[in-house]
Amino acid sequence: MRLATLAARTPATIAAIGCCGDGRCAMRMREMGFDEGVEVQVLHRAPFGGDPIAVRVGGATVAIRRAQAALIELIPLPLAA
Amino acid sequence: MASLPEAPPLAALVGNPNAGKTSLFNALTGARQKVGNYPGVTVERKQGRLTLPDGRAVDVIDLPGAYSLEPRSPDEAVTRDVILGVASGERRPHAIIAVIDATNLANHLRFVLELKRLGLPMVVALNMVDLAERDGLKFDLAVLTDRLGLAVVPTVAVRRRGMAELGTMLAPLLARTPSPAVPANPDRVADLRALQREAGSIARAATIGEGGAARLTRSLDAVLLHPLLGPFALAAILFTMFQTVFWAAKAPADWLTARFDGLGQWLAANLPPGPLASLLVDGVIHGVGAVVVFLPQILVLFAFILVLEQSGYMVRAAFIMDRLMARVGLSGRAFIPLISSFACAVPGIMATRTIEEPRDRLTTILIAPLMTCSARLPVYAIIIAAFIPARSLWGPIGLQGIVLFALYLTGVAGALIAAWVLRATIMKGKPQLFMMELPKYQWPEPRDILLSLWQRARAFLERAGTIILGSTVALWFLASYPKAPPGQNQLAYSIAGRIGGVLEHLFAPIGFNREISLALVPGMAAREVAVAALGTVYSLGSGDNHGLIARLHAAWSLPTGLAFLAWYVFAPQCISTLAVTRRETNGWRWPAFMFAYLFAAAYVAAGATYWGAKLAGL
Repeated sequence: MRLATLAARTPATIAAIGCCGDGRCAMRMREMGFDEGVEVQVLHRAPFGGDPIAVRVGGATVAIRRAQAALIELIPLPLAA
Repeated sequence: MASLPEAPPLAALVGNPNAGKTSLFNALTGARQKVGNYPGVTVERKQGRLTLPDGRAVDVIDLPGAYSLEPRSPDEAVTRDVILGVASGERRPHAIIAVIDATNLANHLRFVLELKRLGLPMVVALNMVDLAERDGLKFDLAVLTDRLGLAVVPTVAVRRRGMAELGTMLAPLLARTPSPAVPANPDRVADLRALQREAGSIARAATIGEGGAARLTRSLDAVLLHPLLGPFALAAILFTMFQTVFWAAKAPADWLTARFDGLGQWLAANLPPGPLASLLVDGVIHGVGAVVVFLPQILVLFAFILVLEQSGYMVRAAFIMDRLMARVGLSGRAFIPLISSFACAVPGIMATRTIEEPRDRLTTILIAPLMTCSARLPVYAIIIAAFIPARSLWGPIGLQGIVLFALYLTGVAGALIAAWVLRATIMKGKPQLFMMELPKYQWPEPRDILLSLWQRARAFLERAGTIILGSTVALWFLASYPKAPPGQNQLAYSIAGRIGGVLEHLFAPIGFNREISLALVPGMAAREVAVAALGTVYSLGSGDNHGLIARLHAAWSLPTGLAFLAWYVFAPQCISTLAVTRRETNGWRWPAFMFAYLFAAAYVAAGATYWGAKLAGL
């Protein structure tokens, strides 16, 4: 599953961050706090088509376009019993 | 004899955007500057002086927010260059004050670890500890200090807490020689990941308690970023802003108008008739006064924009607008400089430095003057007052406010169309990224807002006293001489009248008369000068003592009034904007292009409005 298609308010963990073009955008995502093993959650989807999305990552909330969020591969968290 | 004083040591404030650097800078140095809450407000170099507890002075420089030493945009490049000591004309700082947001510890510590490798002496300001505590987070400072190997001081910059301690920790660092830099792993991704892991581990070890997410921010965002409510809220906020500009500023503006009218009448009654009385009454009072009375409206507008910036809403507006901005080839990031341009295009154009893609940045610069700046308010306000009836449509919502709002919307639409055309032609390029941190909402600091407003008011009055007064006096002179023989119209006979007569050939097809054509020339200095110029020209041309609004109402047809409004939606006249564009694009090519395309757009829009209104029988 990818971050771009993650349902809102569903926690998940980042499995891998893909590369796009020259790799600059992956670097930037890492600088904003995206990293393997970090928990993410989609908080909001923007009006006019649900793009970009607002993602909780660590202590920050980051707005990111879905095309970029599609580069982030996730492991869904098992629901707490 | 005392030896020559040496420059005090230099300390640099460095940190992620939204870590509160600018507030900390204000708290440390008492310097007065704009405090914003969106990434990139610190696009100019800001220096102040701090007095240490031991009495020594330190120069403090506030560097633009950055996520790493790998610059993504022109303002992040400044930060890197200064810290590395390669910025031209800039001393290398003796020490770094790293500012981190306590509520986002892991991510901000990653940058601290990156900075630490440079070897410069460094102290860490653990900022916003009050917000972290509100979220249920506590910190073990001993662990943090030990793991980082750096002094750590908890601070609350907006409340000025922790400043003395920060000074005490900074003092011994200033004389220390830098250690050699630790080379970074050439594999940037591996390097970043290693730093990130280490930062995460330190943050976990030093944090006590599980932080609940900021509740206030979450509940506000549930409404303000809602797919349906969000755009309505944005529209309502902007609409309220423009209604308030007219409504709240009316009483002080009327008061100022009455004072200027009274002063003019007093001067006319007490001065012997002649050139001096004419210069003071027609030139200064009716010219400069016509502009100064708009100070309350301009301040109300600036107050709104400052509150939007400092509260953290501005980035939300960018988030909401990103999709629409993408349609014209820009990103939501461009929306922030564009909103700032509602106040003035000059800071708006400077704020584009946070845009990383050069073509995006250039496109944003070129369309920024289409966002209706506050200098256009006097022009709009006076024409609206003269030609649009002050009818109430619903409660405080009046027809005049609606027309003003429509003019702003026309400017925005023009900007979007221009962006689309530019991106489809000379600014072709890959669709760009959009990634921005949404900061926590913060209550704007009234003191900071008032100080910013005071700076604006002073700058505006200085302009009124220099550029506007100068151009108005020059125009008065050109419009008063040579003296017309009896029976002839003074204005038509004067030098200015003759110039206006020539220009009229160019502007007559779009419904502009000689007086308007003439007012456009000094209006080059600044847009609001056109109002001052009309004030002077019409004051000279008529013996009566009516205000400018009544004179315009009598002298212009409705289509001409509307065409003039349309002209000013696009009007290219503003030397400051062209100058800042030249500076930001390193040459005259783009300002020349900007002037040409705006002039063409203004001409076409005014012409279409004039002939459209005529055909509609107005």
